[in-house]
Amino acid sequence: MTSGEAEVPAKRLTGGPGLLLVWLYGVMVVGAVSRSAYQIATEFDRAPLAYSLSALAGVVYGFITYTLVRGGETARRAALVCCAAELAGVLTVGTWTLVDPSAFPDATVWSDYGMGYLFIPVLLPVSAIYWLRRARDRQTA
Amino acid sequence: MLDVLTLVTGVAALLLAAWCGWAAYRDQPTKDWHFIGMAVVTLLALVQLVVGIVQLARGEKPEQGTTIFVAYLVGSLACVPAAAFMSLAERTRWGSVTVAASGVVLAVLEVRLYDIWGG
Repeated sequence: MTSGEAEVPAKRLTGGPGLLLVWLYGVMVVGAVSRSAYQIATEFDRAPLAYSLSALAGVVYGFITYTLVRGGETARRAALVCCAAELAGVLTVGTWTLVDPSAFPDATVWSDYGMGYLFIPVLLPVSAIYWLRRARDRQTA
Repeated sequence: MLDVLTLVTGVAALLLAAWCGWAAYRDQPTKDWHFIGMAVVTLLALVQLVVGIVQLARGEKPEQGTTIFVAYLVGSLACVPAAAFMSLAERTRWGSVTVAASGVVLAVLEVRLYDIWGG
């Protein structure tokens, strides 16, 4: 890609803690996508909103995983935006499921702040944002 | 048979997680012995997949549906090897952390498998 890449190894986003992030995001992609694909295919009418939100979560996770693996400054920024969107999504849907449970006959990936997934959905974007910001600091240092 | 395998695989996954967590705590990458451990856990997951499919072929039905059951069996099999390959490329403590995380995730999958099969 860029000629300066060798001098700026920090643009690799999968090194060190980034590896754990990629792995966890990969798990969430598989979890969210397979779950929503199955539910939308078999029982979409039961809880269309919940299943659509799960599918959306899967797409967001997929994109973040891709940007982390790809690396580089543009990908880092894109990942940062998506992580912020992801965090907002988890907080919104998490609160929504608590305030108005009747809108969700079945759970989504982000229900109750991701409690069914060990709270990984809410912890992951926070740690990812921290990691991505630090990746920039190391580059400018 | 399947319940016993689920339990054994879950416990083995947690042991692997603790072992690799210990390696990470001591700032070490995954070593040959860890990979043997990962292979053992993966083998258990493979046996579980085969036994699960045999049970299905015999006409037994998982409580929460065949598709979900098979998906979780396949997911359990892929879980640890995926982290193992990633830790091969990351020769720091973070490779160990990733494998430890995969052990925890596998243990959770086993609990879910137990529920799906209907215990």
